[in-house]
Amino acid sequence: MTSVGTTSTRQPGAAAPQALAAAHADAERHLPDQPDPLMEALALNVYYGDFHAVHNVNLVFGKNEITALIGPSGCGKSTVLRCLNRMNDLVPGARVEGEVNYHGLNLYTRDVDPIEVRRRIGMVFQKPNPFPKSIYDNVAYGPRVTGMKVDSMDDLVEQALRGAALWDEVKGKLKESAYSLSGGQQQRLCIARTIAVRPDVILMDEPCSALDPIATSRIEDLMMTLREEYTIVIVTHNMQQAARISDRTAFFTAQPDETTGNRTGLLVEYDKTRQIFSNPADRRTEDYISGRFG
Amino acid sequence: MAVAAPQRAPEAPTQLRPGRGRDRSPLSLFFVAGLWLSLALAIVFLMTLILTTAIDGAPRLDANLFTEYDSTLFPEKTGARAGILGTMWLMVATALLAVPLGIAAALYLEEFADGRRWYNRLIELNLQNLAAVPSVIYGMLAVAFMSLVGRNQTDIVIGGALALALLILPVIIITTREAIRAVPTEIRDASLALGATPWQTAWRQVLPSAVPGISTGTILALSRAIGEAAPLLLLGVAVSVRFDPNGLLSAFTALPIQVFNWTAASQDEYKTAAAAAIIVLLTMVLLLNGLAIYIRNHFQRRW
Repeated sequence: MTSVGTTSTRQPGAAAPQALAAAHADAERHLPDQPDPLMEALALNVYYGDFHAVHNVNLVFGKNEITALIGPSGCGKSTVLRCLNRMNDLVPGARVEGEVNYHGLNLYTRDVDPIEVRRRIGMVFQKPNPFPKSIYDNVAYGPRVTGMKVDSMDDLVEQALRGAALWDEVKGKLKESAYSLSGGQQQRLCIARTIAVRPDVILMDEPCSALDPIATSRIEDLMMTLREEYTIVIVTHNMQQAARISDRTAFFTAQPDETTGNRTGLLVEYDKTRQIFSNPADRRTEDYISGRFG
Repeated sequence: MAVAAPQRAPEAPTQLRPGRGRDRSPLSLFFVAGLWLSLALAIVFLMTLILTTAIDGAPRLDANLFTEYDSTLFPEKTGARAGILGTMWLMVATALLAVPLGIAAALYLEEFADGRRWYNRLIELNLQNLAAVPSVIYGMLAVAFMSLVGRNQTDIVIGGALALALLILPVIIITTREAIRAVPTEIRDASLALGATPWQTAWRQVLPSAVPGISTGTILALSRAIGEAAPLLLLGVAVSVRFDPNGLLSAFTALPIQVFNWTAASQDEYKTAAAAAIIVLLTMVLLLNGLAIYIRNHFQRRW
């Protein structure tokens, strides 16, 4: 195919992925070859009614690592993420097959309470969604509803806000509405709210897609800090972001069904982020990260 | 694959056509005139009604109207004291019956019911139909219910409240559902993702956010109920009462009933009193609606 009227200087190919790999903020960080499995998805299949959304995904999420799920729209990466804390239970008609193990326990066995699961495995959403309450009450909401035993709620709120690198900006106006904050601050408030219930896994569903570059960079810095204490799984559309912050990357793609044409998401490749961005094993991964499709 | 050379884009006009941005074709002018006429007609009718009533009733908008009971001996001093008090009792009792029930039903349908189950769909269908049932039918229902629970005297406050509560229940349920639906899913997701139960989420997030919408809908429903006479007549509510209602089991009369009675009387004094009572009733409705507007403007949440 020839393009008429434009002279493209952009050469998609080998150069881009290497640049991305070099972007990794701490390339020196030691990463074991095999992740220490805090969570794993085994033969995970998700259906919405008759629609087969995710096909046979096997993934391991390493303790104190950031795992990025990337891929084109409709590849099922958000669906996989929402299986990890059973948020998919809330979607009418959703059905999950396979196992999601958390500390070796399958979250989808009968006697597991999804409420308890969501307390241990927190979630940050795409659009900042603070409650229409004060900043303080936003953070205190989780501990209150889960009946957490806390000596001092004030201390807990401060700790959580410090943990989300928001304390200095809001310490003088804790009683003000959360809606008085900027978008980036609101998203950090949502992170503070999540860590206030002391989870050990934090799931993030495109947490920066509604934010400007400066707010994004602050959230990314925050995630690198949070990694010390939490296991983080992030879905992102931004490949630079995945390259910058994640330790391991899983690439998903959507494959149309031959008979129905429905697009089912499947896992193509999962490896260390550096490996994925510098030397992907699968042709489809290479095409995606070099910008040839998606 | 061969790609055709791109077509030259058609020459863009360099001058903008003058005009005032209004559609001036005869058909649209005719249409707009029709719309204005409909609006004007509605307002003219309403204004005529209010003005003639106000002029008719003005002589009797005196203290006696509020302090005196209905009088057959002195038609010029007859009063709506029993009706005004009765209507107030009736409204409070109606609200107490209908509001909790309506909110609970709406909360169930929006937050907990699986909309794909046949019984929930049946309930939905019934709700839509209930809103269209004539008010007399609710009066019959209330009579039937009262006799079921063993009360043959139906002309009491709780009987009227029952009929009116049934009458406005569908309206309350429908408006509450709208208010609940307006609370963004993100808020529910955020609450649930923190480990809150669906019940906690409904109680602590959804309901408080929906309160402005719910109260507006409820007040508007009540202001519809306040003017109802038909179901009360069916219950046999007295047209002339010479005592204050003093409880839910007390016999009573209501403003619309008194108006109904007075307009049917032959003496002109009663007709004047009826017009005055209508003004009182209208003022009550307007106050309720004003309250609804105030709540909507001051407590509405913007997401």
